Amino acid sequence: MADLPAVSFAPTEEQELIRSTARQYLEDRVGLGRVREIMMSDQGFDRVLWKELADMGWPGLAISEGLGGSGLSPVEMSVLLEEMGRLVTPGPFFASAVLATTAIQELATPEQQGDLLPRMATGDTLGALAIFESARNWDATAPQTMASREGDSWVLRGLKRSVIGGAEADFLLVSAVTNQGMAVFVVGSDASGLTVETEPALDPTRPQARITLDSVGVDGSARLGTGDSADGLRRVISLGTAYLAAEQVGGAERCMEMSVDYAKTRHQFGRPIGSYQSIKHRCANMLMKVEHAKSAARYAARVADHPDELAVAAPLAGAVASEAYVWVAGENIQVHGGIGFTWEHDAHIYLKRAKASSLLLGDARHQRDLLGRAIGI
Amino acid sequence: MSEDYARVDALVDELLADHPPADTPERELWGAQYDRGLAWAWHPEGFGGLGLERRHQSRINQRLEDAGASTENRLRNLLGIAMGAGVLDAHASDEQKHRWLRPMFTTEEIWCQLFSEPGAGSDVAGLATRAIRDGEEWVVNGQKVWTTLAHLSKWGMVVTRTDPDAPKHQGLTYFIVDMTSPGVDVRPLHQITGEAEFSEVFFNDVRIPDANRIDAVGAGWRVALTTLMNERVAIGGAGTPRESGYIGQAVQTWRDTGADDPVLRDELLHLWAEAEAARLTSIRANEMASAGIPGPEGSTGKLAWANLNKEITAFTTDLLGLDGTLYPDGYELVRPSGFSQPGPQKGFLRTRANSIEGGTSEIMLNILGERVLGLPGEPRVDKDLPWTEVPRG
Repeated sequence: MADLPAVSFAPTEEQELIRSTARQYLEDRVGLGRVREIMMSDQGFDRVLWKELADMGWPGLAISEGLGGSGLSPVEMSVLLEEMGRLVTPGPFFASAVLATTAIQELATPEQQGDLLPRMATGDTLGALAIFESARNWDATAPQTMASREGDSWVLRGLKRSVIGGAEADFLLVSAVTNQGMAVFVVGSDASGLTVETEPALDPTRPQARITLDSVGVDGSARLGTGDSADGLRRVISLGTAYLAAEQVGGAERCMEMSVDYAKTRHQFGRPIGSYQSIKHRCANMLMKVEHAKSAARYAARVADHPDELAVAAPLAGAVASEAYVWVAGENIQVHGGIGFTWEHDAHIYLKRAKASSLLLGDARHQRDLLGRAIGI
Repeated sequence: MSEDYARVDALVDELLADHPPADTPERELWGAQYDRGLAWAWHPEGFGGLGLERRHQSRINQRLEDAGASTENRLRNLLGIAMGAGVLDAHASDEQKHRWLRPMFTTEEIWCQLFSEPGAGSDVAGLATRAIRDGEEWVVNGQKVWTTLAHLSKWGMVVTRTDPDAPKHQGLTYFIVDMTSPGVDVRPLHQITGEAEFSEVFFNDVRIPDANRIDAVGAGWRVALTTLMNERVAIGGAGTPRESGYIGQAVQTWRDTGADDPVLRDELLHLWAEAEAARLTSIRANEMASAGIPGPEGSTGKLAWANLNKEITAFTTDLLGLDGTLYPDGYELVRPSGFSQPGPQKGFLRTRANSIEGGTSEIMLNILGERVLGLPGEPRVDKDLPWTEVPRG
């Protein structure tokens, strides 16, 4: 085993400040009441909320200062995502400020970054990553979508699915095969031949779209970066998995807290149900899974700049956090009993977020396969 | 803060200069380490410490190991150094500490812990070993079980019942018993692996001087709790490398057997991921504790490793297929020498105890639920009853 990067888990003052500011804003100003309103609206997207997040500088948190962002690291972004996960924050933040932004940072030329990132940092422009095509193929580096060169332009033909934030996006980042390897293209949402259809989503707080590219023409300059982008895209997915794990940890922790709070006050047979070992032990097991997921996710964010170690840490975090969140969110309903199964109660919002998130960038089995490749098993 | 580091570093330099590890017998070096306050940095000066925070000790140990000095005493006298010292530090008189701490640290006197009884496992406060006062001595009768190192020990930490008419937690008194006294009978207790890591200890009219009593008569439960807290910290410990221990054995077995079944591979990777997440949690817990911000992450280790060790060794035995039906060393009824990692089959058997020893997983889950999450306790029917009236069996 090679020497592993030295990491520090103790939070900095700045990280503590990001956490407390985000928690206070999300609890006081958003809350699950507003989450429900947004998730039941036609678009599942609320421009007012987006504007509030943008005014606090959240979309630009990890964008460099020279491009209009705050220039913070993946660790600070993960702190914010843990907090956003606690409240199942609806909308395209993860799609645009995390996935699309990371893809541009990893793949685009400095000129392209200079064009796109300042607009994304302010929240004025939204992007979405369109890389998946079939239901259980999460290796996005060999797409069926084709890009052919016609004069100075590229013409794209193909289908993309499960594009979160696709309907709200001002541009899509579309992966395609070219005669020079795999590439990712910037496609404006108003491009001719592009169809974006919103599909009913298991997690209505995170709407997703199916994209059809029927001979969509884009400029020669629309290709992100140069050369084959497969390795770059793998890294984007790794980082995205690490970020998603942070969000999953926040959601799982909140579910555990809901269960514990309920178990302290709900009485049956003359006692708080949390005094029964069947409930108490369930809550204690929730704690253990949450703490393990937290360790794995926080570790992944801290090794984001070490590519070899990220290749281990990201799928590790993805597998552990996905399973933890789905399990804790499910057990949360069980602890609550009948009330937990009602639409009125918030538990289902978390279960839906948990299950959909566990599939978004590759299920736990897929993450373990990636992990195995990284550690030689 | 940095002054403390400088002071510790200077003392370590001095120790190594005066007693070069290569030329110093290990006991002599351990004695000199104790005398300089480098044994338990958080103990007061004069008792093997410097009155500093605990975290200085890991730095001292690391520096000594780097200089080639042995820290083997911490394993050889595990129960004494990891638990007994903490008990003496918190509850003993200065005279008692002077008598016991130094030879404990040098391993001249090995220690063991005598809590569990055939009738008192998880409910250790229900124990029945009796101590009756006779002038300046106590006369002890009863049976203890699952005692590690009893057969090699000079001293035993024993909890006894001195007031059977008091409620169970209030009638206990804690002593340090000389294991070589007349009436102490140590018998090997063979476990399901065939080996006898542990002993049963019988007390027949064993006389303990009152000077060996720790804390007040009737205060035994509070002293016992100190011991148990130290025990769980020691068992949950961190600092193991990635892919070591049982998960390392599983990976090695996977490679050695040339297995390539996708179901088994996913199961192996599942265990690998869980073990690594638990390992990272131990690292995070240690760091947060030494930064003075201990959180729930510090309480899950013992439980997590008990589950994992059982699952991993069961899986590794599966990897062996029909070879897993063999037991390579046979069931020799022997006392094992030292601590070494058993092969998969013996590991499968040995780890069954991981969720029992040092607090069952059920008790650990209660502790997490009640002390960390703040859930209400189970109603206790025996809490205020005189011990003699509590049903047993």
